[in-house]
Amino acid sequence: MRNKDTACIAGIYEHPLRKAEGIPLAQLHAEVARGALADAGLSVRDVDAYFCAGDAPGLGGMSMAEYLGLNLRHVDSTETGGSSYLLHVSHAAQAIAAGKCKVALITLAGKPRTGGTQPGRPPLSGIPPEAPFESPFKPTVLNLYAMCARRHMHEYGTTSAQLAWIKVAASHHAQHNPHAMLREVVTVDDVLASPVVADPLHRLDCCVVSDGGGAVVVVAPEIARSLARPIVRVIGAGEAIKHRNGGATDLTWSAGVWSGARAFEDAGVKASDIKYVSVYDSFTITVLIQLEDLGFCRKGEGGRFVADGNLISGVGKLPFNTDGGGLCNNHPGNRGGMTKILEAVRQLRGEAHPAVQVRDCDLALAHGTGGYLATRHGSGTLILERI
Amino acid sequence: MTDQHEATASADRALDAYWAAARDGRLLLKRCGVCGKTHYYPRAQCPFCLAGDCEWVEASGIGTLHTWSVERRAQPPYVIAFVTLSEGPTLMTNIVECDPDALAIGQRVTLVFETRDGQPVPVFRPLG
Repeated sequence: MRNKDTACIAGIYEHPLRKAEGIPLAQLHAEVARGALADAGLSVRDVDAYFCAGDAPGLGGMSMAEYLGLNLRHVDSTETGGSSYLLHVSHAAQAIAAGKCKVALITLAGKPRTGGTQPGRPPLSGIPPEAPFESPFKPTVLNLYAMCARRHMHEYGTTSAQLAWIKVAASHHAQHNPHAMLREVVTVDDVLASPVVADPLHRLDCCVVSDGGGAVVVVAPEIARSLARPIVRVIGAGEAIKHRNGGATDLTWSAGVWSGARAFEDAGVKASDIKYVSVYDSFTITVLIQLEDLGFCRKGEGGRFVADGNLISGVGKLPFNTDGGGLCNNHPGNRGGMTKILEAVRQLRGEAHPAVQVRDCDLALAHGTGGYLATRHGSGTLILERI
Repeated sequence: MTDQHEATASADRALDAYWAAARDGRLLLKRCGVCGKTHYYPRAQCPFCLAGDCEWVEASGIGTLHTWSVERRAQPPYVIAFVTLSEGPTLMTNIVECDPDALAIGQRVTLVFETRDGQPVPVFRPLG
């Protein structure tokens, strides 16, 4: 889709709060919606499409359309956990290309720190079919990702110190973000000295838990040209779901293998063309496996690729998550896909913090994995270009 | 979760034989009569070809440890694992009666059943 007149991201907003005491979930959605529309220079009356996922309260798009006062001709509540919002941007771009809408609003909000609904959990209709065969063994988000890390170490010799470098890089970026929850720069030794919470993952291999939210406005290209904002086009997108496949389990790769290849083919670019990458960082191992799956290095070489500061902006070859990511900045509602889009757009606009801004950043990739790496998850990949 | 599991077990007639065998200490898998592939967790249709005529086959109960983790914050800590059965499928389980720090990927494990919340669940312990 490069050089084609595709849909653009015209507005973004990240909620500044990390603890939203006394603010209901729906209001957080409204606040990020207002912020992203103001950033774009659009009004709520311009919105004709709305996208939300399982974090939206009530009847999802219906409750939110009423609460926000939206008049819609297109609605989508695709749910793939924390990666939902990457798929929403893709679906919005497709709907715009098909002439179904012109201004699409996408919102995320969550309150895992101050109560409300179960964080990061989609509304469940009935009992999942896998529940009797998994719940008794007490899977947690943490131990499900930890088991992938263990297997990756076994097959490829990946080390805890290599994983720690991912947290180190995130902390180098977070020190410049006044809103980040963890702004202290940490070392590999700091990560390795933090308690093991689920072998082989340490406490500092994990992301933060935060309230907050974010929003994106995707618009038709002619609208983007009429606005006083840098133009960021969606030139490639891919999505995929990976599951346990009847028991034929392989834990060392994610659905990013498929969603990434689809996005690169779509965009007509390759991994080595990408100047900046936002990649979902629920845990350090999530980053490592996804970077391999997206083709930034070969499978099994992720440990060496992320080591020695290679992900630090201005130091390494592939600057990542320059806002501090979920590992240090923000993981609103336990769903990290939205913030991945936001920082990629800041980088493309030249609006990242000057200390982490990538020079001449005209091509970026945002990627996320929602659900559980070890069991069932959905991946979304976006390739974005500044015109 | 007790109510959920009991509700599932009683509401899904396709799994009656599974739970009956489990109460007997036997682990059943499903094999497809059309494509011949074996799957777990069991369901009424094959997840590889969607054919409806799958038959029960009994697992030998011997497997290898594919990966594991220790949930250190739990009291007491427990070992969650994926075990690959000799019949092929890999299942989520716990490793019991073990020293968590002595476990190794690839080691052989053997099936035992534990009753949890009134349900028999297949877990594994190190072999030999």
